[in-house]
Amino acid sequence: MNEKIESRKPPVATTGIIGWLRINLFFNWTNSLITIFVIYCLYQFVPWILDWTLFSADFKYNYLGQQITNQEMCSRNLDPENGGACWAVIYVRFYQFIYGFYPREEVWRVNISYVMLAIALLPLLITKLPYRKIFLNFTYIFPIIAYFLLNGGFGLPDISTNKWGGLLVTLVLGCTGIALAFPIGVLLALGRRSKLPVISMMCVLFIEFIRGVPLITLLFFGMVMLPLFLPEGIDMDGLVRVLVAVTLFQSAYMAEVIRGGLQAIPTGQYEAARSLGMSYWRMNFQIILPQAIRISIPPIVNTSIGLFKDTTLVIIVGLLDLLGIGRGTLADTNWLGLSYEIYFFVSLVFFIFTFGMSRYSLYLEKKLKTGINMGAD
Amino acid sequence: MKKLLSIFAVVAFAFSAHAGTLDDVKNRGFLKCGVTTGLAGFAAPDDSGEWAGLDADMCRAVAVAVFGDRSKVEFITTTGKSRFPTLASGEVDMLARNTTWTISRDVNLGFEFVGVNFYDGQGFMIPSALGVSSATELDGATVCIQTGTTTELNLADFFRLNGISYEALPIETNDEGKENLFAGRCDVYTTDASGLSSTRAAASNPDKWVVLPEIISKEPLGPLVRHGDHQWGDVVRWSLNAMIIAEELGVTSENVDAQLGSNVPEVLRLLGVEGSYGEMLELAPDWAYQIIKQIGNYSESYEANVGPDTPLEIARGLNALWTQGGILYAPPFR
Repeated sequence: MNEKIESRKPPVATTGIIGWLRINLFFNWTNSLITIFVIYCLYQFVPWILDWTLFSADFKYNYLGQQITNQEMCSRNLDPENGGACWAVIYVRFYQFIYGFYPREEVWRVNISYVMLAIALLPLLITKLPYRKIFLNFTYIFPIIAYFLLNGGFGLPDISTNKWGGLLVTLVLGCTGIALAFPIGVLLALGRRSKLPVISMMCVLFIEFIRGVPLITLLFFGMVMLPLFLPEGIDMDGLVRVLVAVTLFQSAYMAEVIRGGLQAIPTGQYEAARSLGMSYWRMNFQIILPQAIRISIPPIVNTSIGLFKDTTLVIIVGLLDLLGIGRGTLADTNWLGLSYEIYFFVSLVFFIFTFGMSRYSLYLEKKLKTGINMGAD
Repeated sequence: MKKLLSIFAVVAFAFSAHAGTLDDVKNRGFLKCGVTTGLAGFAAPDDSGEWAGLDADMCRAVAVAVFGDRSKVEFITTTGKSRFPTLASGEVDMLARNTTWTISRDVNLGFEFVGVNFYDGQGFMIPSALGVSSATELDGATVCIQTGTTTELNLADFFRLNGISYEALPIETNDEGKENLFAGRCDVYTTDASGLSSTRAAASNPDKWVVLPEIISKEPLGPLVRHGDHQWGDVVRWSLNAMIIAEELGVTSENVDAQLGSNVPEVLRLLGVEGSYGEMLELAPDWAYQIIKQIGNYSESYEANVGPDTPLEIARGLNALWTQGGILYAPPFR
């Protein structure tokens, strides 16, 4: 009885595309109903949105072949049957959306800053990057270079921040806010758990005060009150004032997020570090924080995304960020009524950034295996 | 909140009160002018990033009066809430931000309104299909109204005075009002007439909407400066007046050079050929000539930004000269 039995293929219904469909989409009747409903909705929505955004849309020329310079020349305003979105407004205003009112002859400085930002982010995003150490050093000094490049100095003409706008302001606020708030947040979190009453009381007061008021209030505080506290003659830049408010706000939230991580660290870790004779700072920076921050990644990214979107509030204090430029465009009599196109574009840009951030956090979680049982690692 | 803001404003004012805004502006080399973050026809960035509009022209006119150069102005964007603290703290030299001249702003907040560059008022917009020709026929209508504004109170007064009822649909922003009206969730949208015109212009088919003739409130919009610096106030006031007087006298940006040889005494005084009015204001003798040359008279600015030929289609109405049925009136140039 040495007959060899051919291994049989698994049933068709459980493998391949059919198997996948059965398990994931049509597992039982509720599942099937939901699948059919979702497909129906997509069928209704996707062709329409593709048609509106792409196939029937104007990009630079309308359906008569004329270059569009105002909303009356958009296909959908010339002939409602014959047109979708009118992206010409984005095309014409692209410079403002990306750079605000930055002088055109100096715009190379912004472009270089954007490129340098990408380079500075590389070593943070790719751990296997060759020469990562050198790149990291660049990342640390990038903010200083960018400051002088954008603002002026060392022979470059000064560009008042009043002329900054659009994506430039959004990125400056978002990046600076997130980057500065993280270290401050760590210190505040450690301070709040400190056994020294003065330090912990001050941190609690600060955090609770900032968290107790809305960002708008802080922005107003920065815009209106901050100049009163400064000696006369010192003129603090409007953007800097907003940055201070945004950073304070974000660091308070960051502190609480990190404190959550700190509380999840078992006491044994502290005791082990102490028994090795480590100092307070060494214990925190080498044993506790690396673990605490690792488990705090999802909420850290969460608050960072929140801050990035909250930067649109700066319109209240008169700074024109990406959304502000969009609203300004809508107020131009040439482009009245194109709100769908403009808000769609602005939300798309925001989506690209926030989605990128959330993907990055997923990648980090996977890489650092945050799901593991802490004690048994 | 309002009270708090006014206290801030007063405190900020006390800190920054120093005479000589004109000297400050001259030393700085450019004018800082507060405008809106974007309001159709009044101030909005154009495709090349230049600010354009009736209020933007006002700023440029002052820059021309001081420097003889329309580009010597930096536009600072302000919102309804941030405009007064910004002016009080000295971050801007003047505001031209479609701000209604009221007693409390003029007196209590410590500002000085130097004139009116647009007479606005609250109006009503309805779908033309409704077939209503007067706001008094709006009994039982659903009205979209921005909450927490003077328009809300004016509306209640108007309907009570006329003994008719309405149902309010509270909204927050102009955009929201527009969407609700276009979607038919309210029959009437009420806000300032200039705002209604821009809302109408933004509709896919403007002819389907009408702005009713009733104007139920006074909203004189004008440029303002800080209290206590009369020299600077005079510069801004007469920059505006020069544009209005130029229209009265028929001096335009096109014929201003020919008018230098005019035989009308007031034209010669305005253009600086006779008299020493520039010197009185500590400005160049040809300051008004330059305003008219580089910006135009009031009518040119109006027609280019909000007039009947623009998408806003706002008729001159109250903003016509006093000789032409309006109430636009400037003191004599003498």
